[in-house]
Amino acid sequence: MSTDIEAGLLQPEALAGAVKDAAAIIAAASNLEELAAAKSATLGDKAPVSLARRAIGSIPGKERGEAGRNVNAARTEITGLYEAREEILKAAEAARILREETVDVTARTARRREGARHPINVQMDRIADLFVAMGYEIGEGPEVELEWFNFDALNIHPDHPARTMMDTFHIADGKGEYGSNMVLRTHTSTVQIHTMLTQEPPIYTVAPGRVYRTDEVDATHSPVFHQTEGLVVDKGITMADLKGTLDHFAKSVFGAEAITRLRPSYFPFTEPSAEVDVWFAAHKDGPRWIEWGGCGMVNPRVLRACGIDPDVYSGFAFGMGVERALMLRHGITDLRDIIDGDVRFPAGLKVEE
Amino acid sequence: MRIPVSWLAEYAALPDDLTTEALDAVLVEAGLEVEEVDDLRGRVTGPLVVGRVASIEELTEFKKPIRHCWVEVGEAEPRSVICGARNFAEGDLVVVALPGAELPGGFKIGSRKTYGRLSDGMICSARELGVSDDHEGIIVLESGTVGEDARPVVGLDDVVFELAITPDMGYCFSVRGIAREVAHRLGVAFTDPAAKAVEPAATEHPPYPVRVETDGCSRFTLREVRDVDANAESPEWMAKRLTQAGMRPLGLAVDVTNYLMLELGHPLHAFDRDALEDVMVVRRAKAGETLTTLDDVERKLDPEDMVITDGTGPLSLAGVMGGQTSEVGPTTRNVLIEAAHWNPTAIARTSRRHKLTSEASKRYERGADAAISLLAAQRAADLLVEYGGGTLVDAVADIDHREPITPITIPVDLPSKTIGVDYDRSTVVAMLEAAGCTVEGDEVLTVTPASWRPDLTDPADLVEEVARLHGYGHIPSSIPRAIAGTGLTSSQRRRRRVARALADNGFVETYTFPFVSRDRADELGLDEKDPQREAVAVLNPLDDAAPLLRTTVLASLVNAVRINLSRGAKDLAVFEEGLVFQPAEGWSDLEVVELPVSKRPEDEAIAAAIRRLPVQPRHVAAVLCGQAVPAGVDAPGRAVDWADAVEAAEVVAAASGVTLDVAQGEAAPWHPGRCAALRVDGVVVGHAGELHPEVCERLGLPRRTAAMELDLTALPLPDLAPAPVISHFPATLIDVAIVVGETVPAGEVEAALRAGAGELLDSLRLFDVYRDAKLGEGKKSLAFKLELRAADRTLTNEEGVAVRDAAVAVAAERFGAAIRE
Repeated sequence: MSTDIEAGLLQPEALAGAVKDAAAIIAAASNLEELAAAKSATLGDKAPVSLARRAIGSIPGKERGEAGRNVNAARTEITGLYEAREEILKAAEAARILREETVDVTARTARRREGARHPINVQMDRIADLFVAMGYEIGEGPEVELEWFNFDALNIHPDHPARTMMDTFHIADGKGEYGSNMVLRTHTSTVQIHTMLTQEPPIYTVAPGRVYRTDEVDATHSPVFHQTEGLVVDKGITMADLKGTLDHFAKSVFGAEAITRLRPSYFPFTEPSAEVDVWFAAHKDGPRWIEWGGCGMVNPRVLRACGIDPDVYSGFAFGMGVERALMLRHGITDLRDIIDGDVRFPAGLKVEE
Repeated sequence: MRIPVSWLAEYAALPDDLTTEALDAVLVEAGLEVEEVDDLRGRVTGPLVVGRVASIEELTEFKKPIRHCWVEVGEAEPRSVICGARNFAEGDLVVVALPGAELPGGFKIGSRKTYGRLSDGMICSARELGVSDDHEGIIVLESGTVGEDARPVVGLDDVVFELAITPDMGYCFSVRGIAREVAHRLGVAFTDPAAKAVEPAATEHPPYPVRVETDGCSRFTLREVRDVDANAESPEWMAKRLTQAGMRPLGLAVDVTNYLMLELGHPLHAFDRDALEDVMVVRRAKAGETLTTLDDVERKLDPEDMVITDGTGPLSLAGVMGGQTSEVGPTTRNVLIEAAHWNPTAIARTSRRHKLTSEASKRYERGADAAISLLAAQRAADLLVEYGGGTLVDAVADIDHREPITPITIPVDLPSKTIGVDYDRSTVVAMLEAAGCTVEGDEVLTVTPASWRPDLTDPADLVEEVARLHGYGHIPSSIPRAIAGTGLTSSQRRRRRVARALADNGFVETYTFPFVSRDRADELGLDEKDPQREAVAVLNPLDDAAPLLRTTVLASLVNAVRINLSRGAKDLAVFEEGLVFQPAEGWSDLEVVELPVSKRPEDEAIAAAIRRLPVQPRHVAAVLCGQAVPAGVDAPGRAVDWADAVEAAEVVAAASGVTLDVAQGEAAPWHPGRCAALRVDGVVVGHAGELHPEVCERLGLPRRTAAMELDLTALPLPDLAPAPVISHFPATLIDVAIVVGETVPAGEVEAALRAGAGELLDSLRLFDVYRDAKLGEGKKSLAFKLELRAADRTLTNEEGVAVRDAAVAVAAERFGAAIRE
């Protein structure tokens, strides 16, 4: 190759032509593979700008400076064209891969079993939370009870008519006969006694729990059900305090419009005693009064049996059915749905925890 | 207690404009729960009139005798009516439903042709009108005006309230009591029905020789009526009221006693005087005595039962039910009326002992009014004489051992302090007087309750009377000041976390009745000596097949699994937490400790009494079957296995803040080779694994059903936890494969590696179990990943290898383990 030809590569026109050619080659590359070939053709060892750089040595020294600058400018321009094209092609390639990886996000099978808590237990937890927020503690007691806790200490002596009113499961004695002196607790009021025997007033306690009565299962009865007991013993506690506490409780269970109404009634362990009705605005058959539970001022005889001086302290107590409130709130018409163990009930009834 | 408004109105001056709804509200405010309002006025609609049978033509050509009657109903012409009944005669007054009337059950009366004649109305029986169940024939009236509305005559012009009476309001088992309450609430006049008779004085000789030999009878009175038609039909007004109250008229003597019991609340008994022999003695029964009561049951008497006897033995079970020998019968001419007062407790016991509740026992149990015993007997005698035509015998028996009523003292401000309503003194006194009490005193009141209020014994009872009679509606709503509570206890918080964690891990919470069958222990494959067989039994279970209380939650939880399987479920993961019942050791030999109620029992006495109670720890159990992960578009699915059960236990442990040591175990009802014993601090707290195939088969559970049960009560509550050391230096990762004998548990190898690796071990994980002939017979290779890290530096490779070798050395020492090259 003659040096003239080499020197000709350094002519500005030649460099401009090389840039133009390179631009066409780079633009023609439609993917990164072709772009790699285009790079080799336009910026590689055999590319015109590379050959031109090598030709610089063959020209006079004083011309080299300018020739070098021209070659560099051309090379820089071609590199710029290449990089711009590379960016476009890389983006297209990334977009292609993402497009090809597209799935049908609705074609999915659940990989996780769905669990749930039982609404009755959730309901009891919520009640506990409400009263904890009011400073109460949560009381507990056994389900198989001494008759003394279930009856005697609650002023239900052996011949009391109320003792026959309650349909009690008795525990068989060692010979399988009557006389064990133990029962399945018929109410959570037993927890009142445990609490008062172990704590000094002031006592502010609620006790949600399971209770037992000999009722055959039907749409509204079960031999195993749940109650929430409440007990307050302090100085100067009045029935107005009971009413206010129940109003507050009612609003939490039955909505902001709920109010309560007390009707005179009888429980051996409270005197005065009352039945509580609650105004339930969201009842499925329209707003109405519904029976909610029993309550009253703790009978001084009960305080005395627990070693609390009724001349110093007074108190109130209440007991509400948990199932009934749940049924009313959610329009459940058959109690058996709650109790028969079908997993579709807890899974299907989402109760806010 | 069923009470017609017209009867109530006789003693409480009800305002004319008082609506049924308003009366309902008044009763409820008084504490008398209204169970039903029976508006008799709507029973029959349309024309129902009094008619007179003008003529009867007997039709004999039909299968049964039929009467064709002409009945005057106050119209221009008599009506033609066909009737199948035969208990009436020409000239009788009857009740006629005319066309357009509708009887109970939607039976519409029309004009129609039957038996070849026109029937232009219907002559009615009591049952057809819905008045009573009496279907002995059509109603023949004593009096009435032809053509007038017949409803008032047969009692269909009334409203009947059915009330539930609480045990403390025994006096409201009477018109007398209810009228008193209603009159007070309405502020209207009350007339005491007891005042209708005048109490006679006892005579030297009683009408019949009698002795009272028991302290259970505080008053015993007798009156006698001779030559009376004891079986005469009762007057219409009495029969009507009895019917409305739900009792059947049976004949004058019996009806009078029932009527007065309803009106006064005081039971009475009528004896056939001529059936009595020798002296009447009131006493406790003797062992071995029997009595056939009116309900035709022969009863073995208990020495505590009180009886009225004569020379032949017991005549009646006092205060509960009469006997058959001395009852008023068809031939009775001379009637002896007894009105007595019995000890409520004794009556309650007798009633319970013989499972016999009567109208009389209900009232005596709650305390009848002993002050009116003789008045009641007198009134009965008066009515017998008036309607049965007899002669009242002058002699009167009144054996009176009543104790004076004990007054109660009460600070006048106690009601205000207890209720939170400011009752002034005059209100307190007025309310107590309204309750029938006699009140004296100023700051401290001395209150003597009425004879009909034996329930008033304590100051608190008087407080209730003041609040109740003043009205619960006046009680305001306040709320006690919040106290410094401490929130849920640690174990209560744990219980919630456990349930929540299991639910979040795909388990559905359920609960089962804790009643299990005697066969359940066998079905679960419990060993003969397994302590879980020791169960407490319910004496009176609803289901005789399930009398035992569960000793494990699994024993009853499997029932819920079966229910779900029977309803088509296949993949299940359920859990339950609840109490189990384990008999206390030797409980049945421990003596029953009687605890007092008049004062707090001593701690030692409580502790001794409680010793007999079953131990009742809280357990949590879970059961899984079917697919743990269902087959789906991207995975073949995975069946439940033993490891799922162990993991469920670990979920519980993690939520409880404890670490379980998992080791090979063997316990029923689990598969002997696939059961993990779960320990905390060396104590077994439960088991998990696959259920024994035979257990699955016996209980109808799918093969490979897995389960776990943990004693939550046995898990220690977490202490204040130390914070972990967080190293900022990179980890050194080393894999090591260890070859050990087939019988060496992986968990123990892991423990050995941990022990050997020491402090620099950050984590350790089993990632492969490999068996190959090259390893040798009975060998397996366990591959572990070790992650090593120091708190203060990056470990060098040499340090890493040293830790690994130290770890392997311990495994080698314990199990002869070797590194697999």
